[in-house]
Parts: sequence; structure tokens; C-alpha cells
Amino acid sequence: MRPAHNRLTVNGELREVLFDATKTLLEVLREDLRLTGTKHGCELGECGTCAVLMEGRPVLSCLVLGVECDGADVTTVEGLAEGPALHPLQEAFADRGAAQCGYCTPGILLTAKALLDRNPHPTRGEIAEALSGNLCRCTGYLQIFEAVEEAARTERTDPPTQGRTYRPADAQARPRAGDAR
Amino acid sequence: MSGDGQGARGPGRVIGRPRRRVDGRAKVTGQTLFADDLFLPRMLFCKLVRSPHPHARIVAVDTAAARAAPGVKLVLTGEDFPIPYGIMPVSQDEHALCRDRVRHVGDPVAAVVAATERQAAEAAGLIRVQYEPLTTIASPEEALATPEPRIHDYGEGGNVHRLAHFAFGDVDEALRGADRVFEDLFFYEGSTHIPLEQHAAVAALDPDGRLTLWSSTQTPHYVHRELARALDMPAHRIRVIATPNGGAFGGKSDPFNHEIVVAKAALLTGRPVKIGLTREEVFYCHRGRHPVLMRLKTGVKPDGTIVAMDLETLLDGGAYGSYGAASALYTGALQTVTYHVPRYRFRACRTFTNKPPCGPKRGHGTPQPRFAQEVQLDKIAVALGKDPADLRLQQIAPAHSLTANFLKLGSIGLRECIERVVDGSAWRARRGKLPFGRGLGLACSSYLCGAGLPIYWNDMPHSGVQLKLDRSGAVTAFSGATEIGQGSDDVLAAIVAEVLGIEASDVKLVTGDTDLTPVDLGSYSSRVTLMAGNAAIQAAERAKVMLAQAAAEKLGVSPERLAFADRRVFDVENPDAGMGFADAVILAETKLGTIGTTGSYRPPASAARYRGAGVGPSAAYSYTAAVVEADVDPASGWVTVAKVWIGHDIGRVLNPVLARGQVEGSVYMGLGEALMEEQTFRRLPPRLSSALVHKIPSLLEYKSPTSLEMPEVVTYFIEEPDANGPFGAKEVGQGPLLPIAPAVANAVYDAVGVRVDEVPITPEAVLRGLEERGEGHAARVGPRAFPAVRWPDALCVAPPWEGGDGTAVGQKPGRAGRGGGGGAVATTGSRT
Ligand code: FES
Ligand code: FES
Repeated sequence: MRPAHNRLTVNGELREVLFDATKTLLEVLREDLRLTGTKHGCELGECGTCAVLMEGRPVLSCLVLGVECDGADVTTVEGLAEGPALHPLQEAFADRGAAQCGYCTPGILLTAKALLDRNPHPTRGEIAEALSGNLCRCTGYLQIFEAVEEAARTERTDPPTQGRTYRPADAQARPRAGDAR
Repeated sequence: MSGDGQGARGPGRVIGRPRRRVDGRAKVTGQTLFADDLFLPRMLFCKLVRSPHPHARIVAVDTAAARAAPGVKLVLTGEDFPIPYGIMPVSQDEHALCRDRVRHVGDPVAAVVAATERQAAEAAGLIRVQYEPLTTIASPEEALATPEPRIHDYGEGGNVHRLAHFAFGDVDEALRGADRVFEDLFFYEGSTHIPLEQHAAVAALDPDGRLTLWSSTQTPHYVHRELARALDMPAHRIRVIATPNGGAFGGKSDPFNHEIVVAKAALLTGRPVKIGLTREEVFYCHRGRHPVLMRLKTGVKPDGTIVAMDLETLLDGGAYGSYGAASALYTGALQTVTYHVPRYRFRACRTFTNKPPCGPKRGHGTPQPRFAQEVQLDKIAVALGKDPADLRLQQIAPAHSLTANFLKLGSIGLRECIERVVDGSAWRARRGKLPFGRGLGLACSSYLCGAGLPIYWNDMPHSGVQLKLDRSGAVTAFSGATEIGQGSDDVLAAIVAEVLGIEASDVKLVTGDTDLTPVDLGSYSSRVTLMAGNAAIQAAERAKVMLAQAAAEKLGVSPERLAFADRRVFDVENPDAGMGFADAVILAETKLGTIGTTGSYRPPASAARYRGAGVGPSAAYSYTAAVVEADVDPASGWVTVAKVWIGHDIGRVLNPVLARGQVEGSVYMGLGEALMEEQTFRRLPPRLSSALVHKIPSLLEYKSPTSLEMPEVVTYFIEEPDANGPFGAKEVGQGPLLPIAPAVANAVYDAVGVRVDEVPITPEAVLRGLEERGEGHAARVGPRAFPAVRWPDALCVAPPWEGGDGTAVGQKPGRAGRGGGGGAVATTGSRT
């Protein structure tokens, strides 16, 4: 092993990591930083499963060498929620059936976040285009499109500065266990 | 107690309402732990050495250099795995590492276990294997023509794995008496599952020295059995935990060589051992859709009503048995379930070839003959000048009846499915009337809700569920069912919550763990909702009785007057008199002791008692109809699917969000098979080389639909509750795939007048058809010949309406139909 030593910002925190210099960012994240939320489906740049954000832009972490990331700012799925409050995309994906097995989900969430960050109100066509490099074998994509659209609507009315204001439309809100008369 | 409305229509308090799935949060936060996400202290890594030859004798394996390489802890070869295994008792033809012969490119011959994955990979590259190539058998035609060398020394002789021949009534006589007889050849190309998660497994010894295997498997129970067998260990010393699967679609239903290898390695090193397959290796694991060549002959009355059907199928099975003995029978068993077929002959032949083994992929053996029949029905309608929708409506199989091959049908909502998609697509106004290049196609299908028999013969439950209720009000459900993305966790939680009057999110789940959970046979054959669901109802009803008894005593009313709803237990006649759910548990625990219940389920006995009748029976059948609208570019042959209308008879919707997702996912996968997906191989001229390599073992080259190819899908659920389903529910995970490919083919015909009798329907095929049409030939693209197969004598069974009792002519009384359940035709199933 030829060791490499990096300092990078991951999900807003400065991390120092010593790793095998031949490793990809994907491997550094999963194996050395134990951020296993980032998945892989090919490790050849073909499926989009491993997408993370670098400087806010989606990259395929299986195609980026760890040594290229010194000083980089990386966001993974673990960094999407703010404390216990999920990101509107996460809420919408969970509510709308956009995650079946959930394996493509981290990569798609981050790719969709990059889309909404630069284009807060994308059309269905723009969503499909932005996600065309992310394979999903479970959903047939339609519920993913709907979830992105719902998150876009949520962000429009509820600016993120106000914290977590999004709530799933839940017609069957019920009292909690302790509330019983 | 108030009834819970089992079998009733309309939503309950939990079921039927759109809801976030119970495991939704974990999946969007990246907290779902898949097998490769597990990192254990002192964990070692394993790499397999795979054969570059399609068929060869192993002369010698030199592992010396690998053993001496840095970081290497263990090297294993076929010598270490003397005991064969396989998913079906009738085809125990695999070894974890090949011993004397490799049978396809990618067959593993050695394993290296090292401190890091990289060291394992580097050492694996140092292993020298000396091979002596054998004749390559590349196709079923070659398998039939080349009895020697045999790929396996069992089967039906030569390179034929399985033969079957059933005659339900005198088909020849009926065909002679038919007004018209239609005969066509069809070919359905093989395809693979491509779960986005590559298979991974971790094995370790627990603190007590017992073996634990975590694996991305759909069938932990069968893996448990096969591990015990292949490692020659008592099963109770082994624990198998199915991690949530990152997609499976049938591709993680076999016990796999890599699982057995890491288990052995953990036993020998005393350390955790992980293996994660590369994408290329997943293509070699395969077990995907069988390529099937079909000859279908159908006799009809003047109005198109079927009088008899005669089907022959030839399967390219690949190098091992896998589920193939069942797959072969599935290419015919369900042909009688959609439409009424008075007489039916079915002949199937599965061959061995030197390719990765085929097995069960979503729809298991059924999409191929559905494609054949649905395209042929379209041709019959055109020939008779009938609307294809009417041709189908006039002969839907009758509900609550027996088929010619003695399958017991339950509720059938196919009529409504057809009517909804016909209306939705404006079929009657638009079919045959759209401009050249645009067309509509219709197709229908049916599918099982769980195989009626287990893989290995036994009379035990197929599904078990245990419930634990404690004084906190928490309910925990334990079930062997495996979450593969289809939503089995959510189904179980919803059903328990519905019965107990709590929320789905109140139910904790422990699933797919052979130490902790009662056996469930696995997430295959669309069985979990019906079987684990019924077991969950039974367990929850039993718990409810206990709670009601204690609560009734406290409230001074009879238990029958109690309702469970909104996390309360109360008097229906005086809803203010009641208590919280947790208080009811406390009362019950005080009165009765610790509260735990079990439920189990075994499907009803089949009416079919002939040999080979283990494949096809199910507690219920789902029905689907689809209309596809397609654009065909006459210049390029490119087919674009513009829109899909699909009606699915689901019995009862449990969670509309998830049910819709299953339909759309099935449509997506069906479109992939219809238009682009193919697991195909490159064969060099045999005189130059014996090579037979996978053409496209990568996600870039293996074409699958992306977000840009996915059309709009309009889904209609027909709720025709089935008495055997939990709350009337039937399956939704596989059936909706079946009508897609034939509907696309029929739409292409409506668009440009070209019959493509094969999938995938490539631009090249469409162009060839258009050229033929231009030259005045019949515009048909598809197979031209069906090779000679030496069929065995027919097993003759009289259909129910001809006095049959489900046994074959000349059959001795006994349990014949049971043998080798789950599909095998053998009679020597049990092996425990
Ligand atoms: S794992 Fe990186 S693109 Fe597939
Ligand atoms: S949800 Fe399974 S791959 Fe997308």
C-alpha cells in the first residue's frame, strides 16, 4: 500500500484520512471514513449509484481518485438531513415510493439536489435529463420524478432557512400512543 | 370484537391508504445496511479466480505463488468443496469451487482470502490453472446435436437437462376439428436482472463459535439448508441473515458459490470474511431469464374461441440446473390460467449449454409463452377481422374453476382490467386508425401468488410469523420474509397494525434471520404478501383475542363488543369506554403472562395429482391487461413507447404507493426486455476457437431503459378480492411485467405492419421487416425453425370437463403430484 494523506471537508466537517493512494473517493468514503451510505453498482462510471457532490456538483465517486480530493468539499447522503430533520427531497422520496430497494437512492438524491440547487423549479423533462445517468432497476423512475417535483414545490414555499417546515400530507394523522383517552 | 373486514372492499384504517413505507426513512438517509456495508473487526477479503474457458477439464491448479503473496491468509480450490449443492433437490450439480471441470466463462475455480481486497485480487492473479478445453456447446440446437461431451452426467441423456410432455385431452383431435389452426414460432431472448447492488456476503464466527452469514439473498432459508449441506455442518450451528437486498428480481434466489466459499473461509481462518462481486461477476452469476424458442399451435372456432392449444418450448438453460427443472415447466404451466383452453398439450425441453446458468427472473418462465400467445392472439384477431380486445373478452377463464391442467382459479378481474385500459387508451377509436408509424397494442396475462409447493418436499408451513407484545405497547413482528425492495416489511407491519388497530409505524420488524425468525421460504414467486400476510393475520388475531379478553374483563363487557382502532381498545357501543392499546397489553400481560403469538400459512392442496403438477398451483392468481402506444420510425426502425395503460387485478390494494411502484417497475423491466435487454454471447468459429464470451458484461453495454426512455404509465387497480388473500390481496410484483413485451410487439404491428415474433424488438429487426414488406413478402421477423426434439411419451390427463380427476392415465394412486415440489418433476424430493 502506498499511503496518501488528505484533508477534506465531508458533510461540513473537516476530516483527515490516511488511505491507500490507489483508492477511489468511493472507497475512501466507504472503507476509510465508513460512510457507507454511498453505494456502488459498477465502479466503472456506468450506473450513477456512487454519485456524491463535490463543490456542490455531482461526481461519480468511483471515477475520482482519493488523492484528487485534498481540500475538496464533499457531500454524501449522510449530510443531507439537518440534524434529525430530513431534507425535503428525502421526505418526498420516502413518501412517494421513490425508494424501493433504496440502493440507487443516495446517488439519485444527491444528483437531484444538485439539480434543484441550480434550477429550483425543473420541468419533468429537465428532471429526467438530470437523472439520466442514474440507473434505477426498481421504480421505473416515475415516482422518483414525482418526488423531485414535490420537493421542488416544498422548497418554493418553505425556504430552507426556516428549518424543517415540510410535512408529508398525512390525512390519517392520529394521536400518539400516550394520547389515548 | 368487531370484524376487521377481511375480504371486504375499500380501505381499512391502515391498509388501502397511501402511506410512507415503514423502511422509507432508512432508505433515504443511507442507513439501510446492505451486505457490503458491513465492516467487522479483523475482517478479511475474498476474491474468486474464474474460468476464462466455456468448457474445459481442470488439469492442475498451482496456488503456490498466491499462498506466498503478501497478506494472503488462505487459498481454497475445488478440493476443499467435495459436496455438491443446488437450489433444487433434483439438480444438486454445483460445487462452490469447480473440482474437475469448468462449464462456463466465469465458473469459479479458486478463492484467495487476504487482509485487503487489493491483496486478494493481486494474489488471485498469481494462481495458475491448467485447462484442457472441451467442445463448447453454445446453444440448445448445439446441445441437441452434441450429446458428447456431456456438460453434466445427469438429466435426460446427452445435454438435455429436462424433458416434459403433458396432454390434457386429445389435442390432435381438437385441432382437426377446429375451424382454423394458427401455428407460429417465437423466440424470447434471455436477459439478466441487474440488481443495482452487486451480490455481497460476509461470514463470521459468532462469540460461541457458530457460523453466521450475512448475504444479499432472497432466500435465507434455502441458503441455510444448502450451507449446512455443502459444509457438512448441522444447520443449527449456522445462522443466515438476509440483509436488505439492493434489488434482486429473482437473481438472488439461488444459494451461491461465493456464499459457501466465504463461510468456509470464516470457519478455517476464524475471522470475518467478506466478498463483494464486481458487476462483471454478477453477469456470470446470472440465473436470469431463459432464452426460449417456442412453437405455438392454436385451433379456434370461427369466432376465434380457442378449442385447443399445443405448445412446445426449448430452453437454453446454461451450465447448471438452478431452478431450471421448475423454469421448464413454468414455460407452459400457466398458459391455461388467462383464457379458457379446453384441451392443452405442452412439451418442454431444457438443455445445458456452456453459459452462465439461467434461472428465475421476475415472471419466472411465464413471460416467454405469454409473449407467444398474446402475439398469436393478435394475429388471430387480424385474420378473423375481430377487435383483439373482444377476442380476449369472449374467452377469459371462468373464476372459481379448474383449468385443463387442474389449477384452481379464484377471483378473476381480467374483464375489468381490459375494459379500463381499452377505455383509457381510447382503443376502439384509435387502434388501426393511427397514422403510419404510430400504433396501439394490447396484451393480457396472469400470474401466481406464491408457488403452491415448496422447493423441497415437506408438509410444514411456507410462512411463519411471531408477534411479541410488551407492556410498553410495542409490537414486534418476527418473520423470515426478506425485504428486496418490494415492500415485504411494509406489508407485514400494515397487516399487523390493521388487525390490532395501531399504526404500521408502531410495528417493529425482525426479518430474514434464521436464528431469530420463523421460516419463510423466501421472496420469490410473488408469495410473501399472500403467505406471510396470512400468517401475520393469524398471529395478530391471536394476540387480539388475548388483549380483548383482558380488556373486556376490565370494561365489564363481552369481548365481542370490543373494537381495536386508533391505538385504542374500546366498546363499539360506547366508544368512550376504552383504553389505550398499551394499557390493553398491560392488562393482558397481567392476566395471561408474557404475550406472544404465532401464525403460519400453508397454501391449499392442489387438485392436480399427476407427476409434474408441482409447478403451477397457487392459492390465487393475479390478472393484468396492458395497452402500449408506440412510435416506430420507419427510417431507423427505432421504437419509442409513448404511453402505457395498465390494469392490474390485485385483489385488494394494501398500500397504493407501493402497489403502484411495483406496477411501474414491472412495466419498466418489461419494456427493457421488449426493446433492448439481452444476455447474449459471442461465439468464434469453432474451428478457430472454443471461446464463448458474454457480449456485454457491463452496465454501459447491457442496455436498460434510463429515465429518458420511461414513458408515462397510467395504472388502474381492479380490486376483486380473493378469498385466499390477506384482506383479499393478490400479488403485484411480477404479473404486470408479463403483458408488456407482447403489447409492444402488437403496437409495432399496428404502427408499421411488421410482425416481430421475437424480443428484444430491435431497430434492426423492425427495419428488416419493413424491407421485407417493401419487397412484397409477409412482413415477419422471427425464428424460422424449431429443431427436432425426441419428446417422451405424453403423460395424459383428462381435463376436468372430460371426467378427469387430476391423475394421469395409468397412474398409481398415491402422492404422485407432490414430488419435488416447487416445480420439480422428480419424486425423490426430500433430502433433510
Ligand atoms: S459505481 Fe460509480 S458509476 Fe457505477
Ligand atoms: S430503488 Fe432499487 S434501484 Fe432504485
